Amino acid sequence: MNFHNISCVYRKELTEWLRDRRTLISTVVVPLLAFPILMVGMVSLSSVLIGKAEKETHKVMILGGEDSPQVLDKLRAVQNIEIVPATDDYKHRISEKEIRAAIDIPKGFQSALDRGEEQTVKIYFYEGELRSSSGANQVEKSLKEYRDTIVSSRLSARNVPASIIKPFDVQQENVAPPEKVSGAALGGILGYMVILLSMTGAIYPAIDLTAGEKERGTMETILSSPISRLDLVLGKFFLVLSASLTTAILSIISMGTSFYVVGRSGFMPAKDAAVLQLHIGLATVLSVFLMALPLAVLFAAVLMTIALFAKTYKEAQSYLTPMTFIVVIPAVASLLPGIDLTAKLALVPILSTSLVCKEIVAGTFHWAFIMLIFLSSSVYAAAALFIAVKMFQRESVLFRS
Amino acid sequence: MIEARGLSKRFHDKKRGEIRAVDNVSFTCQPGKIYGLLGANGAGKTTTLRMLATILEPTDGTAIVYGHDVVEQPEKVRANVGFLSTATALYPRLTAQEMVEYFGRLNGLDEPTLKKRVDDIFNRLDMNRFRDRRCDKLSTGMKQKTSIARTLVHDPPVMIFDEPTTGLDVMTARTIIGFISDCRAQGKTVIFSTHIMSEVERLCDFIGIIHDGKLLAEGTLPQLRSKYAEHNLEEIIVKVVGPLQSNSEA
Repeated sequence: MNFHNISCVYRKELTEWLRDRRTLISTVVVPLLAFPILMVGMVSLSSVLIGKAEKETHKVMILGGEDSPQVLDKLRAVQNIEIVPATDDYKHRISEKEIRAAIDIPKGFQSALDRGEEQTVKIYFYEGELRSSSGANQVEKSLKEYRDTIVSSRLSARNVPASIIKPFDVQQENVAPPEKVSGAALGGILGYMVILLSMTGAIYPAIDLTAGEKERGTMETILSSPISRLDLVLGKFFLVLSASLTTAILSIISMGTSFYVVGRSGFMPAKDAAVLQLHIGLATVLSVFLMALPLAVLFAAVLMTIALFAKTYKEAQSYLTPMTFIVVIPAVASLLPGIDLTAKLALVPILSTSLVCKEIVAGTFHWAFIMLIFLSSSVYAAAALFIAVKMFQRESVLFRS
Repeated sequence: MIEARGLSKRFHDKKRGEIRAVDNVSFTCQPGKIYGLLGANGAGKTTTLRMLATILEPTDGTAIVYGHDVVEQPEKVRANVGFLSTATALYPRLTAQEMVEYFGRLNGLDEPTLKKRVDDIFNRLDMNRFRDRRCDKLSTGMKQKTSIARTLVHDPPVMIFDEPTTGLDVMTARTIIGFISDCRAQGKTVIFSTHIMSEVERLCDFIGIIHDGKLLAEGTLPQLRSKYAEHNLEEIIVKVVGPLQSNSEA
């Protein structure tokens, strides 16, 4: 191994990389702009949707109830509800979204209530349809309030305390500090983003430095120089790794800044904005990067090896596109509730790193797992790099025709 | 000096099975001389030259290039070889100067020596007006000059040219031919492949005719003319290859 030659290849690849608009866009521009645009878009869209939902009135039909004016009055008093005349095709009209819900009040409802008989009010709605559920919920809430009022008045009429039907209350109290709450909410996303972006940032340089070089006819030129294949592949590998880490770092900076700015901009309600405030220290972010480092090495080596098989840029792209899914699936799986770190899962690449990043951001450090994951990921990365070097020594791969 | 000793290269093809691209080829090229390797497309010229430049490894046999074995010491061989072909392209996003400097550094030149050599070559080849221009913005002639500068930067004693003028216009081809001739004048060992007969007649001190991976005839141009009783080189090749070609076609 000749460090002078490795550094020489690295510097040359860096020069070319910095002059390539295509890879610069994917590695630097996209990660820097994606989050601000996404955040501004999300905030604008949500404020529009919330505003619209607040103003929107739900058309609701009342079936029967002519002999029960009190309950009708209660329903008419519900905000954002418009009572429409009853028709027999109410189910069809709910399905067609002409009305959001229908309330079936049984005949003689009021007098039955006065006699103390049990009654059932039915609310028809369309499950899975957001506005229908929302309309039905508002109606149900109002009816329950009315029921509670009746219960209270009956109890006081009989001089019975309210506690007779509510012997004790149940309350949940949060003991987690705010940073842990936001950590649990956004921790998974941070690890996921670092993993995904360190892969996407490596794709274009990996193709450019292998299949791209074959396509441009410079592979034979460099192979005719005295540099060893090991030094050549290491020089290229370090550039791909640098690109991968640059993308991940820029994305995290961009994400953090976007969250911070939008959270404090006043565009969002204070409660929602608080969720966006990442109470994550620099040490935590560095720990996440340290855990993701072997994975970035693995991605760089695997992507280069696969891309080297291709004869052209396009062919390499078609090989590497499915790689995104291979990375996304375990990374997303780690975000699902109920998947926790075990010794076996600690050996599964990508999934283990994503899970441990989630824990680190939430402030939990399982050192045994951290060591195991770092070691196993490093072994996979070393194996992938070894294969990449071997592939660069195979004529059948370099001169595939 | 180049000494090929029973050089062979076999490839495996899924459809055609084993292909003997080069089969037991032996020859010697002397310093200060130009050895021309002649043959049709697919005869085995490129594979032979790639083995001499250690881009490909021989399946059997070996070659000694400037005292180094191509199998045992490929990196030392490459350090003493300048390899130029139409397939050896330039890095499009580097300037002409950066391209030449890159190969100088890979050849282990220290910075003061590199600077001096780059200045010398750029002056000699009249390249100063485009030294800071990116290679993807260069004309074909400028690109060829840059490629020549790339092969010369470490002043190699052995030069290997694989069909260096294929696809080039007359003026650019003349530059290359002039350059090859200069290499001989400087005492370098030169081997080059071509199927342009005028280039062979003009340049080569020694000629090898290769067909189906085998070296079928070898000698100076007068020796070949006398042996095959033909003045025209094309006719000589037809006579050398002809019987084999008829057999394979039959």
